Amino acid sequence: MATRTVEMELRTPGLDAQGRVQMTPLGLQRVERTADDLHAEHMLINIGPQHPATHGVLRLVVELDGERVVKVIPHIGYLHSGFEKLGEYRHYNQIVPLTDRTDYLSPMANNVCLALAAEQLLGLQVTERCQVLRVIACEMSRIISHLVWLGTTGIDLGAFTPFLWSFQQRERVYNLQEMWTGARLTTSLTRVGGMMADVPDGFEAGLRDFCRTFPKTLDEVDTMFTRNAIWIGRTQGVGVLTAEEAVNYSLSGPMLRASGVAYDVRKDRPYLGYETYDFDVPVGEHGDIYDRYRVRLEEMYQSVRILEQALDRLAGLRGAPLNVDDPRVILPPKSRAMSDMEAMIYHFKQVMEGVSPPEGEAYGAVENPKGELGYYFVSDGTAKPVRWRIRPPSLINLAALPKMCEGALLSDVIAINASVDIVMGEIDR
Amino acid sequence: MKTAPDVAALQATFGAAVTRHAVSNGDHLVWLAPERAHEILAWLWSQGYAYLVDITAVEYRDPELPFEVVWMLRDLATGRELRCKVALDPAGPLAVDSVVDLWKGADWLEREVFDMFGVTFRGHPDLRRLLMWETYHEGHPLRKGFPLRGHFSRAEQTRQALAANPEAHYSIEELSIAEAYEDLPQEMRERLARGERGNV
Repeated sequence: MATRTVEMELRTPGLDAQGRVQMTPLGLQRVERTADDLHAEHMLINIGPQHPATHGVLRLVVELDGERVVKVIPHIGYLHSGFEKLGEYRHYNQIVPLTDRTDYLSPMANNVCLALAAEQLLGLQVTERCQVLRVIACEMSRIISHLVWLGTTGIDLGAFTPFLWSFQQRERVYNLQEMWTGARLTTSLTRVGGMMADVPDGFEAGLRDFCRTFPKTLDEVDTMFTRNAIWIGRTQGVGVLTAEEAVNYSLSGPMLRASGVAYDVRKDRPYLGYETYDFDVPVGEHGDIYDRYRVRLEEMYQSVRILEQALDRLAGLRGAPLNVDDPRVILPPKSRAMSDMEAMIYHFKQVMEGVSPPEGEAYGAVENPKGELGYYFVSDGTAKPVRWRIRPPSLINLAALPKMCEGALLSDVIAINASVDIVMGEIDR
Repeated sequence: MKTAPDVAALQATFGAAVTRHAVSNGDHLVWLAPERAHEILAWLWSQGYAYLVDITAVEYRDPELPFEVVWMLRDLATGRELRCKVALDPAGPLAVDSVVDLWKGADWLEREVFDMFGVTFRGHPDLRRLLMWETYHEGHPLRKGFPLRGHFSRAEQTRQALAANPEAHYSIEELSIAEAYEDLPQEMRERLARGERGNV
C-alpha cells in the first residue's frame, strides 16, 4: 500500500483585536516518536465477570498494545457448582436434574445424553418410540440453543432486530417444551430406560406447525446477515482457526466444522438411530466467525428436516411402548404398585436403592448444540456412580479463545467470544 | 462409526509397558506404565489418534484400588477410539507427564484435573487451578477424602471470601504485566505466591 502524507495545520477558533472570529494556529510542539516508543506501554484490561458481552460470568484479562490484543487470559469458575461431585452422591435418575442446570440453553439434550450413558452401562436398548422422542428433544434443543446464539451474537455486533425475531421463535419451542415436560428450563425429561412423560395431545400438531413456519424466520435472518456489509466486515477473517488447529485444540461441534473438519457425532458415532435420518452436515472452509454463523444457521434448517422425519415416524408409532419393559429400571405404574405385591417390591427397590448398573464404565456422547457432550460414568456396581465426568464442549471450545484472539482488535475479542457459543453453567459445572 | 482400535499393534510395539487391556461396554481400555505413558501417547498420536476427546481422573471408593488418570483418544478419520489409563498409588504423590506438547486442547483439561484431583502434570506450561480460584487452599474437591460440604464451615468460607484482597483475583502473571506485583506489600506477595500451585 502506498504511503500518503497529509499536511494539516492545527487551529482553534478565537477572536482577533477587533473582536472578529478568526482561526489561530495551535502552538504544538511536535515530538518525534519511533515505533518502539509507541509500543512501549501495554495496558491490562479486565472484562467481566459482570459484563453482558461475556455471555455469563466469564472474566477475560486482556493485555493490549494500543488496540491490538497481545494476550487474553480467561478466568472461569465463578459459576462452579460441583455437579460432578454431587453426582457421586446421587442415583443415576437423580442426576438428571443436575444435567438441566449444566448447559441450561439445551437442557433436553443433556438429559438424553445422561440416559444414553447410563443405558450403555446397563446394556439397555430403549424402545423405538423412545428413540424418536429423544431425537425430537435433541433437535428442539439444537434450535433453541442456536437461536440464543444467533440473537446474542447479533446484539454483540450491533444488530438488534434478529435478536427479537429469534427470541420470538425460541418462545414457540419453549412453549412446546413446557407442554411436554411442564418446565421451560429444568425439563428433567429422560429416565434411565425411557422418558419421564410421553408427548401430550396437541404437541405433534404444534411442532408440525413450528416446522412449517420457522424456516421463514431463518430466511429473514439470512437476508439480514449473510450479505450484510457490516456483518461481513466484523466476521470474515476474524478468529480464524485452521482444520489442524481445530483438531489439535479438541474443538467440537460447529466450531470444528466451520474449520472444515466434517465430524459430527450424529453421523460418525451414531446414537438414537441418527444414521437412519436423512440430513446434511454443513461444513465451513475458512474457520472464521462468518463460517461459524453459516454452519449454525444451516444446522437449524437441517434440524427442521430431522424433526419433520421424526414426526412422521412418531405418527407410525402411536400406541407403541415408550419405556423398556424392565422392572430393574422402570417404575411400575402406580395402580399396579398399590395392588400387586411384586410391583410394589420393584417400586420399593427402585425408590430406595436406585438403578444399579454392573461394574464397568461407559462414555456416552451426543452432538449437543455447543459440540460433543460426553458423560463418562464409572460404576462399582452400586446405585451411585464412582465418577461422573462431564466432557463440556463449551469449556474445550473456549480454551482456544486466547489462540483465536492473538493479534486481533479489542472489538474482535467480543465477536470471537460470541462465536464460540459458550454457556457458563456448563463451563464451570 | 465407532471402530475397534488395534491394541495388538500397541502391545507389540511397547510390550510390557502396556500392562493391561480390557473391554468395558464396547470401549477398549489399556493401562500404561506411568513412566512410559507420554512416549506411548506420542506414538498413538503419530498413528492417527489426532483428537483428544478428554482427560480426566478416577478415584475409587475402595482405597485399595489405584487412582487412575484417563486419556480418551479418537481417530477422526477412521472412528477408532481408545481409552488409555495410568494407575497411580492414591496415597503417594500423583504426577504424570503433560501431553500439551501433543494436543493443545490438553492445556485446560490438565489444569482441571490438577485443580480437582491434585495431579501434577510434569512439563505443563501453566499449571494453575482452573475452576477454583488461585489462592484456594481447602484441597482438591473431587478427591474421595474431600467431604461433600467442604473442609470449612459456611461461616469460615464466607469469612475467607470477604477477607480476600482484590489483587488476589489477578494471577501473578497478570500483576507482572501490569507492573503491579512489585508494588504490593511483602505480606500480600507471599500470600499470592502461596496459592496452591503445581510442582512444575
